[in-house]
Amino acid sequence: MMTNPRVSQEDMLSVDGVSVRLGGREVLHDVGFTIGPGEFVGLIGSNGAGKTTLLRVILGLLNPSAGTVRVGAAGVGYVPQKIQLDPDLPLRARDLVGLGLDGNRLGIGLPSRSRRQRVDEMLRAVDAGHLASARVGLLSGGEQQRILIAHALISRPGLLLLDEPLANLDIVSEQEVVALLARIAREQRIAVLISAHDMNPLLPVMDRIVYMAGGRAASGPTGEVVTTEVLSRLYGRHVDVIQVHGRVLVVAGRDDDLGIPLARPASAAEIRTA
Amino acid sequence: MFSGFMTNTWAVASIVAVVAGVVGLFVVLRGAAFVADALPTGAFAGAAGASLIGVNTLVGLGAFALLGALGIGWLGRRGRHDVAVALALVAMLGLGALFLSFSTEYGPQIEALLFGEVLGVSATEIAPVAGLGAVCVAAVVVLYRPLLLSSVMPELGEARGVREQRIEMCFLVVLALTTAMALPVVGALLIFSLMIGPPAAARSVTSRPLLAMALSVVLALVTVWAAIAASYVSNWPVGFFVGTIGAACYAAGRGWTVLRSRRLRRSQASTLPPVAPTASAMA
Amino acid sequence: MGRLLSLIVEPGFFTNAPVHVALLAGGVVAVVSGVVGTFTVMRGQSYAGHALADVSVTGGSASVLIGISPLWGFAATSVAAAGVMDMIGIRRPRGRDLATGIVRGAGLGLAALFLYWDTTHSATGATVTILFGSMFTIDPSLLGVIAAFSLAAVGIVAVLYRPLLLSSASPDLAVVRGVRVRTAGVLCLVAIALAVSLSALTIGAILSTALLIGPAATALRLTGRPGLVVAWSALIGLAVTWLGVLLAYDSYYWPPAGHGWPVSFFVVTLILLAYLLALARRGGSRAAPLERGEPRGAQPGCG
Repeated sequence: MMTNPRVSQEDMLSVDGVSVRLGGREVLHDVGFTIGPGEFVGLIGSNGAGKTTLLRVILGLLNPSAGTVRVGAAGVGYVPQKIQLDPDLPLRARDLVGLGLDGNRLGIGLPSRSRRQRVDEMLRAVDAGHLASARVGLLSGGEQQRILIAHALISRPGLLLLDEPLANLDIVSEQEVVALLARIAREQRIAVLISAHDMNPLLPVMDRIVYMAGGRAASGPTGEVVTTEVLSRLYGRHVDVIQVHGRVLVVAGRDDDLGIPLARPASAAEIRTA
Repeated sequence: MFSGFMTNTWAVASIVAVVAGVVGLFVVLRGAAFVADALPTGAFAGAAGASLIGVNTLVGLGAFALLGALGIGWLGRRGRHDVAVALALVAMLGLGALFLSFSTEYGPQIEALLFGEVLGVSATEIAPVAGLGAVCVAAVVVLYRPLLLSSVMPELGEARGVREQRIEMCFLVVLALTTAMALPVVGALLIFSLMIGPPAAARSVTSRPLLAMALSVVLALVTVWAAIAASYVSNWPVGFFVGTIGAACYAAGRGWTVLRSRRLRRSQASTLPPVAPTASAMA
Repeated sequence: MGRLLSLIVEPGFFTNAPVHVALLAGGVVAVVSGVVGTFTVMRGQSYAGHALADVSVTGGSASVLIGISPLWGFAATSVAAAGVMDMIGIRRPRGRDLATGIVRGAGLGLAALFLYWDTTHSATGATVTILFGSMFTIDPSLLGVIAAFSLAAVGIVAVLYRPLLLSSASPDLAVVRGVRVRTAGVLCLVAIALAVSLSALTIGAILSTALLIGPAATALRLTGRPGLVVAWSALIGLAVTWLGVLLAYDSYYWPPAGHGWPVSFFVVTLILLAYLLALARRGGSRAAPLERGEPRGAQPGCG
């Protein structure tokens, strides 16, 4: 893999040959890629492709049957997919964000000005300064999402992981969230890995893409991965990549190709480019 | 054991078991264990109050159980549901304690109401109990399909239509009446054992609703008969036997499920995909 | 001022020795219940608290049979049950409620047996004591034990304060932060078990749930700041208990004369009143947009 000479050698994340078997079925097969500092990477795939499983392996919530995952020294921040915060939960936004700093420490914790300042600063960075004293459970979905991003960022991780942050959002909200994340990634110099089932909202900001289908992944610069040849090999059957007005569509192959898969899906070595 | 006054007990107990078996199946299916346990508590207060003012205990039981059902339905939509139910339950118990403290037979009466009393059933109670029982069973028969359907689909709370809420209310009322019937024999604290243990076991054994209901009734009858016989012979409280046998039923049902899934797994080749759980009301 | 006081407080209240013990023990227990109860309600474990209270009845009745104070039985059985509940840990709420219900049934059945044996062998009103509390008849020598259990329960919750808050918000976030969610959960259950056994002693096993979740639920409707919720919860618990003791003492002079109404009745009624007041006050907040879906535990029958 060619490393960008401007970026330092130490990767924020290294996934190597990861496979996962769940309930007798192979959910992930030989997945591998790396993420360097400050890179904005999209993890694209439809439901069932294995994105959430991969994220859980990266976070240490799930053990892979094979392969290794190495995370940079600065650690990982995580924004889960659909988190329904109980309306009765007695936590204000600033409390939840503060717990991102010390939620694992024992004891009640003494109030400290520097902690409070850091929390306020982080809330402002996600445009949620005005929500600091609101009960988290009563905020809207979008507002909660921003609080969760602040919660993940406050411990200054090297990598921010978001599980389907754009799901169920309208187009305008999608753009806002993507812009917010891109801005944060730039300002805080954090690598970002976003999982999504549609790559189009991310095209303007993605440095590289990890495209998943059927438990397999292809990674590299977007233009090199999202092609008819590479994706057909990934899917194990013919798919067409169509560009229309700057949007990318991946569609199933022609009629006469249906039901005639390749002899075997391509191996990871063949799929991995760049 | 089968002499004069005991026949009343056998009769009432059998009616109670049949109704408990029928209604209890839906308690299990709808996950209404908490409510099935809260209502008898309200009923307890009613019985205490009724005996205080000299009214037939069954009336007091019924009235308070119904009040409890309505209150739970109303409160449940207001504040946080589990808290509301728990508080209503406990408040009614407190009221019951108050009523009982006014009467002179504090101790023994509490025990009878809470843990059941084999000898406490009089002949005058058979008719109302039978009547209530018939009403309950009829209600379940009429509401059979909606009840079955709504126990399969995830409950959507406020998103449910008015019809759903009415069915829920009806079910709560039926539950209240069942409670009122069963309390004198089995005791407030252990009614739910009768309404949960046998149906849970029945449900584990079969996934056909009508068969499960029949099995549930049979198991409930066996439980109650065994409990009464044992209580008569040993003089120990009926409630103890109901609680224990109910737990045994449940355990047997769970054991059956475990054995069955192990047999299923062993008889399948390892390359076959795992069997999906049957998507029936019995899941 | 003196005349007003004498209207509210019947003669002899402040000099009565059992009243002192009741105020002290009841007060401490109320504070503990309020503190621990906050986490119980926050984690949606009201039903578990209820179950632990009922299970403790078995222990209480066993200890009366043996001849020791019910407190030991309450504590032993509820702590043991907390461990078992964690081990069983059935995933689906319905399955868990069923299992809990069955265990309660078996436990209460056993308690019925113990109580029956007790009444045939001695004439004590054990049932009443265990089920409805012994606020005015607490043995002063137990005060040390009460203090120890109280410190343990509050201590657990204080030490695990931040991890518990985070895992209540989201277990996933907590795990990623490095919290041992399972361990914290078990310890929290143990704290609940201890709190429940303490209040079982004062207002009775059956009613101890009220002191555990009532003040906490009320406090949650009053404020959104975690520290304040705990404080309010403890304060409300203390207030209703002391007021309950006072009213129970006064009721000795109410009809039927010479009998006195049960303390537990007053405490529980006051708790319900406080909760209803809080509900009425914040009537609007429940109308907050629910696009996120039904709040947890809002289905009938789910605990």
